Amino acid sequence: MGKTFQKPEALTDVHTHYCPGCTHGVIHRLVGEVIDELGIRGRTVGIAPVGCAVLAYNYFSCDFQEAAHGRAPAMATGIKRVRPDLMVFTYQGDGDLASIGMGEIIHAANRGEKFTAIFVNNAVYGMTGGQMAPTTMPGQRTTTSPLGRNTEETGMPIRVAELLSSLATEGYITRQTVIKPKFINRTKKALKKAFTYQMEGRCFSLVEVVSTCPTNWGMTPLDAIKWTEETLLPYFPLGDFKTPEEAEAVSANA
Amino acid sequence: MAKVLMKGNEAIGEAAIRAGCLNYFAYPITPQSEVAEYLARRMPEVNGVFLQGESEVAVGYMLFGAAGAGERVFTTSSSPGVSLMSEAISYIAGAQCPAVFVNIIRGGPGLGGILPSQGDYFQSVKGGGHGDYRMLVMAPASVQEAVEMVMTAFPLAEKYRNPVMILGDGLIGQMMEPVEFPEHLRSEPSKKDDWATNGMDTRKSATRNLVKSLYLDPEALNNHNLLLKSKYDRMKQEEVRYESYNAEGEYQALIVSYGTMSRVCRTAIDHLKEEGIEVGMIRPQTVFPFPEKAIHEAASKENCRVVLSIEMSMGQMVEDVERAVMGKRPVKWYGKCGGEVPTPEEIIEVVKEHL
Repeated sequence: MGKTFQKPEALTDVHTHYCPGCTHGVIHRLVGEVIDELGIRGRTVGIAPVGCAVLAYNYFSCDFQEAAHGRAPAMATGIKRVRPDLMVFTYQGDGDLASIGMGEIIHAANRGEKFTAIFVNNAVYGMTGGQMAPTTMPGQRTTTSPLGRNTEETGMPIRVAELLSSLATEGYITRQTVIKPKFINRTKKALKKAFTYQMEGRCFSLVEVVSTCPTNWGMTPLDAIKWTEETLLPYFPLGDFKTPEEAEAVSANA
Repeated sequence: MAKVLMKGNEAIGEAAIRAGCLNYFAYPITPQSEVAEYLARRMPEVNGVFLQGESEVAVGYMLFGAAGAGERVFTTSSSPGVSLMSEAISYIAGAQCPAVFVNIIRGGPGLGGILPSQGDYFQSVKGGGHGDYRMLVMAPASVQEAVEMVMTAFPLAEKYRNPVMILGDGLIGQMMEPVEFPEHLRSEPSKKDDWATNGMDTRKSATRNLVKSLYLDPEALNNHNLLLKSKYDRMKQEEVRYESYNAEGEYQALIVSYGTMSRVCRTAIDHLKEEGIEVGMIRPQTVFPFPEKAIHEAASKENCRVVLSIEMSMGQMVEDVERAVMGKRPVKWYGKCGGEVPTPEEIIEVVKEHL
């Protein structure tokens, strides 16, 4: 009997540095599986962020560039414009994409750049030690909101998928999570859809993945999953916010 | 090819195309917006890429991405815009990618003004961005020279896998002069399969390439910086360029001046000659690497009593001139900024004052 479970070819055979209970590993694997299934490893370029996934280039066995904080969408734009035949994805956290890189992601999405952004939202800065992010929940304690996020002073958490789906440009914008097997399967489908749209030269795509950070949340991995379900998911609802088919239907009716 | 009359900014855009660079990303800023306007029209004609980015910050990283993928790429900007691009320049130097930046300098600091200046000497030659990096910086004194420097910049950027900057004051961008585009300078992008993220299939390789500037291990980062330093040292050996004027015989004073400023100095030197006062000039064409040896030797001539650094800034290059002269002669600065350009009469007076 042959092997029924193995590491995707698109992942390298090394241990990751991610904390126990962190969902980066699951998301890496899903991206790796999708790259394998679409057979695109030889023409894929990933872009690593600044954040916990800063070393993502060590875990994928395809070409990789390492960006400055928040600038991955601009780099992806540069690559895609000069080499439209390459498959390009950015892998960014919420500090990277929703704070310092908000300008880059909005304009890349609005230009309809044909790359895929994988946006890992765990409501906190991970690598720098658990500071408040634009996605931190009201009242959530972080190292820079020790008494809990005060929305009077810092506003409400930003819903990136909704924000980007408000742009008039066609795109595929979805929010998924990986806290349960059924959600993991849906996330993989969304990633495959996103890469397929890119492969067809169709549109910009962003897959937001609501994730856990047990270390910086100060919880056990199981409690982190529970907190995600009870606190994050009601505020960050799952589902497709925009698909290119909808845009086509609208323009056909117009 | 016949000479054509062109505005400096447009000639710079055309020179890049003639050099085989068909990828241009930019953000509008006075006084260089004509490059973007010219290329918005011209790039589609040659099946090239033109993209107006949302900011100079983003444009810097569009260059990083494109250069990292192994394609020839450039941008043009002006002082405040180059400040914003300096973050990306540091990353590009760290990740060893070739890219060409053109700075058509305007007056600073801050928003400053929109008129010509040489106030970005420190920014381009001494850093601008963070960390131990250098750029090869060329300073044209005419539209023709700007064209030639832009065309040489691409092969040089590829030779060193490092950003190269063309440092032109606003006059270079705005002035109209006759230019001739040399065909022979056109070159194909150099071998990039060893490092570029151009896709494993493209280079028929089973090994991935990484474009990055992160080295968390102190020894690895030190070694990486030693490697970068060896490239900058090699530039100092191989890429120094300068022009001498009236410096063959004996002279009483030596002027060091670059860019448009040096053309005013030439006029002053000619007038002084008519009055029987000999003044020599060294015009750095590369400001990094700096023609230290040439300046030291020229300053050391027997009758030379003083060295004058004449700049459209409050005295930036003068620090490098002092370093080159090594105390052999007194070094003085004269300059103006904000769009004010020292006149030949002022320079004549300054020379006489110091003799």
